[in-house]
Amino acid sequence: MKQVYIYRSFERFWHWTQAFLIFFLGLTGFEIHGSITFFGFENAVKYHNIAAYSLLIIIVFAIFWHFTTGEWKQYLPTFKNLKSQIDFYLLGIFRNAPHPTKKTVLSKLNPLQRLTYLGLKLLVIPVMVISGLFYMFYRYPQGQGVAAINIDSLEVIAVIHTLGAFLLIAFVVAHIYLITTGHTILSNLKAMVTGYEELEDESEDKELKTENEIKLETNN
Amino acid sequence: MRKILLALTFLAIIVITAVSLMKSDVYYPSKVTDLKEKYTKPNQAVVDHSQFPILDQHFDKPQDVTEACVSCHNKRDQEIMQSSHWNWERPEYIEGRGIVYLGKKNAVNNFCIGTQTNEQACAKCHIGFGMSDEGFTFTDKKNIDCMVCHDNSGTYIKAQNKSGYPDPALNLNEIAQHIGKPTRDNCGVCHFFGGGGNNVKHGDLEMAMFTPNREIDVHMAVEGANLVCVDCHTTENHQMKGKLYSLSSMNVNRSTCEQCHGESPHENTILNEHTIKVACQTCHIPTYAKANSTKMYWDWSTAGKLKDGQPYSEEDSLGNHTYLSIKGSFEWDRNLTPEYTWFNGKAKHYVLGDKIEDTTKALVLNELSGSYSDFGSKIIPVKIHRAKQIYDPINQILIQPHLFDDKKGEGAFWVDFDWNEASQTGMSKIGLPYSGQYSFIETEMNWPINHMVAPKEETVSCTSCHTRENSRLANLTDFYMPGRDYNSFVDGLGKFIVILTLLGVLAHGSVRILMSKKNKKAGK
Repeated sequence: MKQVYIYRSFERFWHWTQAFLIFFLGLTGFEIHGSITFFGFENAVKYHNIAAYSLLIIIVFAIFWHFTTGEWKQYLPTFKNLKSQIDFYLLGIFRNAPHPTKKTVLSKLNPLQRLTYLGLKLLVIPVMVISGLFYMFYRYPQGQGVAAINIDSLEVIAVIHTLGAFLLIAFVVAHIYLITTGHTILSNLKAMVTGYEELEDESEDKELKTENEIKLETNN
Repeated sequence: MRKILLALTFLAIIVITAVSLMKSDVYYPSKVTDLKEKYTKPNQAVVDHSQFPILDQHFDKPQDVTEACVSCHNKRDQEIMQSSHWNWERPEYIEGRGIVYLGKKNAVNNFCIGTQTNEQACAKCHIGFGMSDEGFTFTDKKNIDCMVCHDNSGTYIKAQNKSGYPDPALNLNEIAQHIGKPTRDNCGVCHFFGGGGNNVKHGDLEMAMFTPNREIDVHMAVEGANLVCVDCHTTENHQMKGKLYSLSSMNVNRSTCEQCHGESPHENTILNEHTIKVACQTCHIPTYAKANSTKMYWDWSTAGKLKDGQPYSEEDSLGNHTYLSIKGSFEWDRNLTPEYTWFNGKAKHYVLGDKIEDTTKALVLNELSGSYSDFGSKIIPVKIHRAKQIYDPINQILIQPHLFDDKKGEGAFWVDFDWNEASQTGMSKIGLPYSGQYSFIETEMNWPINHMVAPKEETVSCTSCHTRENSRLANLTDFYMPGRDYNSFVDGLGKFIVILTLLGVLAHGSVRILMSKKNKKAGK
C-alpha cells in the first residue's frame, strides 16, 4: 500500500462546490415545489437562481478541466469486470473479498461507477441544466424569451425538472453510502478531502504511476 | 492554507458572477417618488365663479343654472351629450353579437335588476333633469345637470324619486357660485351608493372612500397623496377614462394603474415578470370592503312579505339590511378576499330578451373573457355578486319588473307587492313577452376590484398563491404554477425511487455490519 495523490486541487474544489450546490438547489428547489418550508418562497426562488448560475459556471470550468487534462477518459464505459463488480457489491463485500477493480490514478472508477457517472454527466445533469434554463427563461405563452420555440405551458418543464431532482436525491443517497465501501469506512472521504489515498502498489502500473506522479508534482 | 484561500476566492468570484447574472439588464427606477411629488402640489382653481354677475342671481329652476353655464362654456353641452354619464349607454362591440348600445338605460343586473320603467327613481343618479318612464329627450341641453358633478359647495343633492331634479330647498345661487373640478363627494354620491345603499354594488367603492386612511386606500388617503377620483379617471372633453364591466364590453378606454406606474414598476425582476399575466390589483388589493360591508347575495324570491299589510325591514348587528319587503333577503360581508379570474378587457353580457339556455345553473350576467393562453389576459380580483332574480320559465328570459311608482295600482312591485302584475307591466312596457308565469333563477355578476389599494406592506405574499393548500388562485387551473401544482405521478415515482434507494442502502449497510461482526468472531 502506498499514499497516492489521486484527486487534484481543482477536482476536489469542483466536487465539493458541486456537492454543496446540488444540496442547496435541492433544498431551495423543493421549497419552490411546495414540499418544504425553510427560507420562505421568495428567498427560495432567489437563492435557487443564484445557486443555479453558480453551478452553471462551475460546470463550464469542470468541462474545460476534463478536456484539458484528459480526465474525461475516466468515464469511458467498460463492460470488462462489470459482472465481477456487481458480484462484489452483492456478495464479496460481505465476506471482505478484495475489490475486483484496482483503483489507480489513470483509472479511478470501477465499471459501475463509470456507467453511473457517465449517466449523471450525460443525462441527468444536462436535463436539469436545460430544463432549469427553460424554467428560468419561460415567459408565458406568446410572451418574450423562449416564445420562439412556442412552449405554452410550464408544466412539462417543471415536471422534468422535478423528476431529475428526485433522481439526484436518490443518487446522493447511494453515493454517500457507497463512499463507505473503500478500504476503510472513511478512506474514500479522506481522499476527496486531502487528495491522497492509500492504494495497492501494483508492479505492472508502477512505471506509469510514477510518471504520472512526477507530472503532478511538477504541476503543483 | 494557500489552496483553501484560493478555493474560497474562486467560489466568491463564481457566486458574485451568478448574482450579477441574476440582475435585470434593464432596470426601471421606481417612479413613485416622482408621482408623490407631482400630486402633492395643491390643485389651484383658475377662476373664481363667485365673481361672475350671471351666477349672482336667484335661479328658479335648475335648468336656469345650466343655461347660465353654457352661456360661457359653450359647446361643453355637446361634449356631455356624447358621454355615457348622460346617455346611459355606449356602443359596445360584443363578440358573437355585434354592436350593441349598452348601458344603464337597458342593462339588467342582479341588484335592482334594471332602470327601465323605474327611471323616476333611478334618475337620482342621472346627470340630467326630468328622466322618467314617460321618456326623456337626450338632446335638450337645458336638462344637463352641471351641478351634480361640479358643485364644490358640498350642498347639492338630488331629490328622492324626482326624476333627477334637485332637492327644491337648495340655494342654487350659492351652488352656482361654488363651481369647480369634481371632488370625491361629487363622484361618490352616486358611485358609492349604487344599488340602493352604501357599498351595495362595488365592494371597493363606498363612503369610507370620502376620507379614507392609508389602510383603506393608499392613493386617496387623506394623510397621504389624497388623490381624487378624476386624478386617475382623467377626463378630456367630458369623456372620463375608465368604466366598469357591469356595463362595458370592449377593451378600450380603461383607467389603469400603468398609466401612472408604468408596465414594470418593481425593482425585482421576478415581480416585474408577474405583470405579464397578473394585474396589479391582484397583489395590491388583498382585501376589499375594508370599512363597511358589501352586499354579496340578494334573494329576490323572498320579497313581498308583509307585516300587518305593511312592508318591513330587518337588520344585522352592523346595521345592514338583511330583509326588505320590497327587495328580498340579503347577505353582507366585509374584509373580503376577492375571487380571481382571467380577464382580457372584454366581457359578454346578458341583454334583456336573450334566451337562457340552461336554467339549471347560475346565469352569469356579465361574463369576463380571458384565459391563461390568451394573449393580453391577466388575472384580476373580482367580487362575485350572487343573486336569485325573477325570470320567465316558459319564455326562458329574465324579467324586467316594474318596481317603482309613486302611486298604487300601477303594477309597481314596491307599491303593490304583486310579482305577476309587476312582470306584466314591466315586460309589456319594454316590449318583451311575458308568459304569465314567473320563477327565480340563480344569477352571478362579476365586479372587478380596482380600488382600496393597500399599503406596500400588506401586499399579497408569494405563498398566498404559490402554495398547495388554500391558494388564492386555487380555482384558476388552466396553467402550472410553481408551489401550487405538481404532477402526482412524478412526485410519487420520485419518492418511490428515493425511498427504495434509502431502503437498499440501509439493508446493504446492515448486512455489512452484521457480516463484519461475524467475520471478526470467526477470525478470533
